[in-house]
Amino acid sequence: MGLLSQQYDDGNIVLTSVEGVLNWARLCSLWQMSFGLACCAIEMMAASASHNDIMRFGVLPRPSPRQCDVMIVAGTVTLKMATRVKRLYEQMAEPRYVVSMGSCSNCGGPYWEHGYHVLKGVDRVVPVDVYIPGCPPRPEALLEGWMRLQEKVRDFTIVKEK
Amino acid sequence: MGKTHEEICTYLSELFPDAGLEYDDAVPCINVPPALIREIALQVRDDAELAFDTLMCLSGVDFGDGTLGVVYHLDSMSLRQKLTLKVTIPVAEACVPTVERVWRIAEWHEREAYDLVGIVFQGHGDLRRILLPEDWEGHPLRKDYQVQEFYNGMKVPY
Repeated sequence: MGLLSQQYDDGNIVLTSVEGVLNWARLCSLWQMSFGLACCAIEMMAASASHNDIMRFGVLPRPSPRQCDVMIVAGTVTLKMATRVKRLYEQMAEPRYVVSMGSCSNCGGPYWEHGYHVLKGVDRVVPVDVYIPGCPPRPEALLEGWMRLQEKVRDFTIVKEK
Repeated sequence: MGKTHEEICTYLSELFPDAGLEYDDAVPCINVPPALIREIALQVRDDAELAFDTLMCLSGVDFGDGTLGVVYHLDSMSLRQKLTLKVTIPVAEACVPTVERVWRIAEWHEREAYDLVGIVFQGHGDLRRILLPEDWEGHPLRKDYQVQEFYNGMKVPY
């Protein structure tokens, strides 16, 4: 049921639930942590640029994990970086979400067998909400993943278990 | 254009008659005994006939037959000539004198060779790992390297 469907005639009053309006506000302003790890970050930047314009979803890149809702893990997670990724995740305020972008952060990608230094999937250190396949995924794939995340946020319950 | 490897080898052999320098035809290079690498490096840098002012690359190698190697690719900007020096050492005594003070760029190259192949450069001022984390175990580009099961609680194999 859409937010504006229970609208009164004069247009100034809308009936909804607290949860509905909170989740709607939240999913329309998911701020991302601005960091990229490898070539997937180039596609992530392309998604932010004017042609794809991920900002129309309310996505703002923020330089501090304290101000972020979503961490896009865009690229190869080395074991050296994994400890940093985990710490950044822990520094984010809840509710927080993780988008795993590309084969490397999904499962190790091309480094799955001989990458002695690569973490075989970022879900070994942080919980992942959306996995985006591709090597690297096109910006459209990131937008699709973002909309999946928004659907997830829309169903978030604060008051009671559904 | 400048001297060939063979000419340089003959020239250096006259200066260092006891060094036992060998010219290797397969890939043009000069085999240098490890103990003399620093002296030879200073000579080829400062000799007006050679003037190798630039260290283009310093590589650590595991040949897989129980020996390790360090390969020095040198370039002379002024005389437009190139030179490759090679040092071979047994795995058990993976120790080579540093050329950090001869070409300053060697500092990071030697740290990389130490990090990945495990060659210790004697006299290096700051021989730490450069790419891998400091608490890493082993040297991954060794042929007998085994991937560790866990690193800091994270499972490593797929």
